[in-house]
Amino acid sequence: MTFKGIVKLGCGALGTAAAVMALATAAISEGHGGDVKIGMITTLTGGGAGLGIDIRDGFMLAVEQSGKDNIEVFVEDDQRKPEIAVQLADKLIQSEQVDIMTGIVWSNLALAVIPSATAQGKIYISPNAGPTQLAGKGCHANYFNVAWQNDNLHEAAGAYTNSAGLSNTFILAPNYPAGQDALTGFKRMYEGELAGEIYTKLGQTDYAAEIAQIRASGADSVFFFLPGGMGISFLKQYADSGIDLPVVGPAFSFDQGILQAVGEAALGVKNTSQWSKDIDNAANAAFVETFEAKYGRLPSLYASQGFDAANLIISAMGKADISDQDAFRAALLEADFDSVRGDFEFGNNQHPIQDIYVREVIQEGDIFTNKIVSTGLSDHQDIYAAECAL
Amino acid sequence: MSTILLIEQLLNGLQFGVMLFLMAAGLTLIFGVMGLINLAHGSLYMVGAFAAAGVAGLTGSFALALIASLAAAAMFGALIELTVIRRLYKRDHLDQVLATFALILVFSEGTRWAFGSFPLFLNIPDMLSGTVMLPGGIEYSLYRLTIIGIGLLVAAGLFLLISKTRVGMRIRAGENDREMISALGVDISVLYTLVFALGAALAGLSGALVGAIQSVEVGMGEPVLILAFVVIVIGGIGSIKGALAGAILVGVTDTMGRTLLPVIFGSFMDPSAATSVGSALASMLIYILMAGVLVFKPTGLFGEA
Repeated sequence: MTFKGIVKLGCGALGTAAAVMALATAAISEGHGGDVKIGMITTLTGGGAGLGIDIRDGFMLAVEQSGKDNIEVFVEDDQRKPEIAVQLADKLIQSEQVDIMTGIVWSNLALAVIPSATAQGKIYISPNAGPTQLAGKGCHANYFNVAWQNDNLHEAAGAYTNSAGLSNTFILAPNYPAGQDALTGFKRMYEGELAGEIYTKLGQTDYAAEIAQIRASGADSVFFFLPGGMGISFLKQYADSGIDLPVVGPAFSFDQGILQAVGEAALGVKNTSQWSKDIDNAANAAFVETFEAKYGRLPSLYASQGFDAANLIISAMGKADISDQDAFRAALLEADFDSVRGDFEFGNNQHPIQDIYVREVIQEGDIFTNKIVSTGLSDHQDIYAAECAL
Repeated sequence: MSTILLIEQLLNGLQFGVMLFLMAAGLTLIFGVMGLINLAHGSLYMVGAFAAAGVAGLTGSFALALIASLAAAAMFGALIELTVIRRLYKRDHLDQVLATFALILVFSEGTRWAFGSFPLFLNIPDMLSGTVMLPGGIEYSLYRLTIIGIGLLVAAGLFLLISKTRVGMRIRAGENDREMISALGVDISVLYTLVFALGAALAGLSGALVGAIQSVEVGMGEPVLILAFVVIVIGGIGSIKGALAGAILVGVTDTMGRTLLPVIFGSFMDPSAATSVGSALASMLIYILMAGVLVFKPTGLFGEA
């Protein structure tokens, strides 16, 4: 066997075997046959699995609390791979004939799955990814985003950076759709100079080269969007680099699931989020308490989005029958549920209009968590809504 | 771009390369001696990191954590060699790939079962945290310098082991002619288990060292595994020297590419587009490097035809 052959064999086998695995993953079916079939494709194994698991757990908690036995949820694992997500979507649509789809964490996977699912007449409720492409001209009557348009949290971070008096920021994000949306969103609101702008590789874990550039750039602050494990790696390496510039970011890198792994390196960092566990309303208090009681950990932003996604669907089920899709869509658009983030309504492009808060990482006993320090943007709607024909 | 920044980036590249070497050394040794493609090498890296995080969490000692990572990875390495891997030596490469891929899944789900899905905390020990001033005014992370030091020490140790000791002589003999060496009365199966455990221990050490500055999570090994394969193909499969050269080449190329390409594109493009195009090209650079090396030296830099 030649050397090239061996590498080809190795890489090929990794790919195909992964695909075979995905096909073989059994659907976790909850409830017992009923009126609404929901297909959830999310990331449950590999890097970034914590995000998908939180979305699933939040979603399932709401389904359970609703007491409805006519909801059937098929949960599938996309392993953060677009090609696997597409296969799973085909399977859910064609074999299981689901009515509603949800669950995708990553924007590149969302773009691979959602347009084809909505074109096939399925309703898609996004509990996380909100790529620009689906918010403006590409908006669709069957696509609802219950989390945010990708730019939103970054816009709030830009606005916060201005108000904190910082005017020479170094910005970085991974090179994929949500990363590009992140930097675009930040720059839309930010009024100062850019000390530098870097796109990193998605899944990159070593940031020495980027941190060296930050050090050399003369920046007065750093804005970064690095979700999941990427953010943990960056923050630990940043803390060890001896650079002492203030860091601002969206909630994704300062979320409940990863703060414990970052430790003290994150203390005091300001981050922007549409949700926090200390938002003061009854729905949120009950959500935080029941989530912690059931799963033995504090909920994250992702869990809150999964929870809201399920409650949105449940609220529509009370008003319309899924077989009448027009009525069901109208019921979804009313968003008549108690969101854990308080006020919530859909704009014309079926993305949220909501407050976005500035949070600070604090330590409560042994646990690192966030508390709200101010409201960054009130009743904020994404800019792409104007381009949407709905 | 200042000279200081360039030198700092070179050091970063060297450190990245040294980490890759620890992974690639085991992989190339196992391939060279046993002719086995071990996709589960990344899992042993993960085992090392989790063992270190677990022990550091319990005892607070980083030294103990490193020892635990070596021990756990070597132990699991020996265990899978005895139970699974040794049945694969005579089989086709495709069978090896399939079986070791199955091991990846077993290790990943096993780790998730034992530690949960959320990343673990493992921090740099206080003694090694912070930065030092290098001559010329370069402020550099002490921990990364330590990694470079440990990696180079391991490389030197491996060279000595392979070239000067009796075990090393047997390993080299095993690479050349395994029938003859077993005919001469050397217990080849013990030798194989030993080599496999050694390779596993190096992967575990690498996982623990990296775990302190990155995130310790399930699935952390696979991206590194792919890079390690690139390294051993560039260096020449089976050659420790090749693994070192290949690792440093890949580490420096990747780091310098990430730094310099956006700057180069920025000289004639709008900054946003330049960073986007530059970083996209930078992530391809090591594969282009591999293709280039294979065109001119199909067996890799130090490979034997």
